[in-house]
Amino acid sequence: MVEVTPHANNAVPAAEVADVELYHPKSWWTTYVFSQDAKVIAIQYSGTAIAIGMVALVLSWLMRLQLGFPGTFDFITPEAYYQFITMHGMIMVIYLLTALFLGGFGNYLIPLMVGARDMVFPYANMLSYWIYLLAVLVLIASFFAPGGPTGAGWTLYPPQAILSGTPGGQAWGIVLMLVSLILFIIGFTMGGLNYVVTVLQGRARGMTLMRMPLTVWGIFTATVMALLAFPALFVACVMMLFDRLLGTSFFMPALVELGQQLEYGGGSPILFQHLFWFFGHPEVYIVALPAFGIVSDLISTHARKNIFGYRMMVWAIVIIGALSFVVWAHHMYVSGMHPWFGFFFATTTLIIAVPTALKVYNWVLTLWRGDIHLTLPMLFALAFIVTFVNGGLTGLFLGNVVVDVPLSDTMFVVAHFHMVMGVAPILVIFGAIYHWYPKITGRMLNEAMGQFHFWVTFLGAYAIFFPMHYVGLVGVPRRYPDIGGTSFIPDSVHTLNAFITVAALVVGFAQLVFLFNLFWSLKFGRDAGGNPWRATSLEWQTPTTPPPHGNWGDTLPVVYRWAYDYSVPGAPEDFIAQNDPGPQTGHVAGPA
Amino acid sequence: MAVALVLVLIVAGSVLFHILSPWWWTPIASNWGYIDTTLVITFWITGVVFAAVVLFMAYCVFRFRHKEGRKADYEPESRKLETWLTVATALGVAVMLAPGLFVWYQFVTVPDDAAEVEVVGQQWQWSFRLPGADGKLGTSNSRLVSFDNPLGVNPDDPNGQDDVVVEAGDLHLPIGKPVKMLLRSIDVLHDFYVPEFRAKMDMVPGTVTYFWFTPTRTGTFDVLCAELCGTGHGYMRGTVIIDTQEDYQVWLQEQSTFAQLTAPEQVSVAGDARR
Repeated sequence: MVEVTPHANNAVPAAEVADVELYHPKSWWTTYVFSQDAKVIAIQYSGTAIAIGMVALVLSWLMRLQLGFPGTFDFITPEAYYQFITMHGMIMVIYLLTALFLGGFGNYLIPLMVGARDMVFPYANMLSYWIYLLAVLVLIASFFAPGGPTGAGWTLYPPQAILSGTPGGQAWGIVLMLVSLILFIIGFTMGGLNYVVTVLQGRARGMTLMRMPLTVWGIFTATVMALLAFPALFVACVMMLFDRLLGTSFFMPALVELGQQLEYGGGSPILFQHLFWFFGHPEVYIVALPAFGIVSDLISTHARKNIFGYRMMVWAIVIIGALSFVVWAHHMYVSGMHPWFGFFFATTTLIIAVPTALKVYNWVLTLWRGDIHLTLPMLFALAFIVTFVNGGLTGLFLGNVVVDVPLSDTMFVVAHFHMVMGVAPILVIFGAIYHWYPKITGRMLNEAMGQFHFWVTFLGAYAIFFPMHYVGLVGVPRRYPDIGGTSFIPDSVHTLNAFITVAALVVGFAQLVFLFNLFWSLKFGRDAGGNPWRATSLEWQTPTTPPPHGNWGDTLPVVYRWAYDYSVPGAPEDFIAQNDPGPQTGHVAGPA
Repeated sequence: MAVALVLVLIVAGSVLFHILSPWWWTPIASNWGYIDTTLVITFWITGVVFAAVVLFMAYCVFRFRHKEGRKADYEPESRKLETWLTVATALGVAVMLAPGLFVWYQFVTVPDDAAEVEVVGQQWQWSFRLPGADGKLGTSNSRLVSFDNPLGVNPDDPNGQDDVVVEAGDLHLPIGKPVKMLLRSIDVLHDFYVPEFRAKMDMVPGTVTYFWFTPTRTGTFDVLCAELCGTGHGYMRGTVIIDTQEDYQVWLQEQSTFAQLTAPEQVSVAGDARR
């Protein structure tokens, strides 16, 4: 895989790419607002995603207040509760996680890590952000529209999503939601094509695919998946919009609403679920694979050791990506689809556990005999492993069709997916921000605030979601604003719910410390220098920090080795940068 | 050091929570003890893996944390170790999957002697229909739903005339008899969910779904809706009462048939026709 030619110094010299191909901005507006620089677009994407994420955070507080102390807050009616959970889920999955990992980290890191000057289609890249922003604005508009946002649940299952028994169903809510999703997908496609083509065509000399950092592999594979999966959601949204506005019946069978015969007839509600989850399950890995990639690099860098089993890690990413397209109906075991599907989808779902488990083994084996620096990025990486293993293992309950039957649609499911695709990837996002902030700004984030943020977030989130599994095991269904007087639910469950709510409030407030740190360190943070973590990958080797438009000055870097030459025996330092030709006698980097 | 300790405490805390917390599933009231068994197997396997991975991590953090002069090993990969781990993981997965699929086969194979009971969901209440003396449910259609015929039973189907209709009331079932629940909705998705039975299934307008189970103890059980069905979802409750055979017959005699409900003047005739 990562053979370096024995005579690395004789490798072809870097192409002298005259820097004229890039559109250099001529005004303040084109530098900072309508910028075509992937790094500026990355910050725009990230800022917007975090801002809308704060809305989702507040919504989660409101729903937890209702669950922890039902009946205390008069303004949280059942309608409002359903609107809160719907918008919280949709924002977190699509507008925060997808946008931040691909639009944010993808834009910032791909060109820098593969040694390119920018994305290959900078103009489309700029459009991608502005369409994303428009999608977010349409989403926000639904909060102020008559009837408020949709309360159909983030899965938007018809028929209820477009009927009057659901908040926003016969008002503006669902229409704005669907339009916003359609816009998001259009915007994402413009960015996504950029990420894929840049990885395939824009790499520096010597940067073979099997020398790329796993971060790039994760984001690249996730983007390919997103380009294949989002179209399923796109058509589902268009069809539902037609059902709602034009009276078609793609998803609507003959039905009676509150004693009234409706005109619909002949459609299939389950068809929507297939389309939704054909997107929805790959979506889980669209969020997870970038996190897998990034956490691999965090662990390797901060344990000063090469990632264990690099080739296996790459193939695991690719195999997980492929398999995730044939497991979607494990979200539908009790949907009423033909029960024999259960055999197929349970088998594929549990097979996907094997490459996923191998990734976990390789992360912890990278720690073995490492030189572990317990920096903030490393702490977040460790916390990621704990929560991801926990959430991944509960996935084996829900994937194993018959075990899913009692647990499906209970709080166990809520606990599972929050642990595995909420908490775990967000811990990686935090670790990644602590790791790359010095490159983006030239300053370190404040360590004391970071430590506080880490411990409250990690232990707090675990205290929220670990006990929540047991609420589901008791039998408490999800999407209930108030479990009320139900004979099988003991009072102790209400106490536990109150505890979870308090933990959620505390964890939420800790995020404000993080936000404050982002701004505070911009001015007062310790000067970082170009490569504070002594990391090997190309983004740390830029001539100036923060990197300017074009990234590399006059000459593009040439790559001589993989991204994991840490603690190479005989090397003068404990890392060798990817663009370091090394001593003439040359250690053959990577496994022979 | 502190980090390693916290990791150990997380494992210990999680295990203790699992053992000591009062929160566990409700006592089962159906034949699906196999599901509980599979779930317990899964808890064991996943619990061991979770503890092993996190404790290994804790050891690494404790043993290999940075000290002056420490240098990490350079060990890109180990085909042997990776192969072993792959095989062990695949085995663990198979041990969970095999009983899972075996029990699923039972779950989807309805016994021939199962009695049919229809559950009809609508925003936001449960109704039920039992076949009458002929043992057959009449056909139904959402288009036929009206104030007088809330379940949309086909009035032209002779099989439907003697069907027992329980509108927005409690369902009674006899203990020890397998029952196939035919699930139907006349408006949006619902899901018939009784935690003690372990089984549940969505109800989809336009089609009839099903699951089967055998009640194994008498008592009164809450029915909840487990698929979001609009604003009233959380309040869509019902009751299933598992009776002894005698109590069940008493209850059944008190119910009205479709014919009685749609044509009140024929009450006495239809009443006589009932078993």
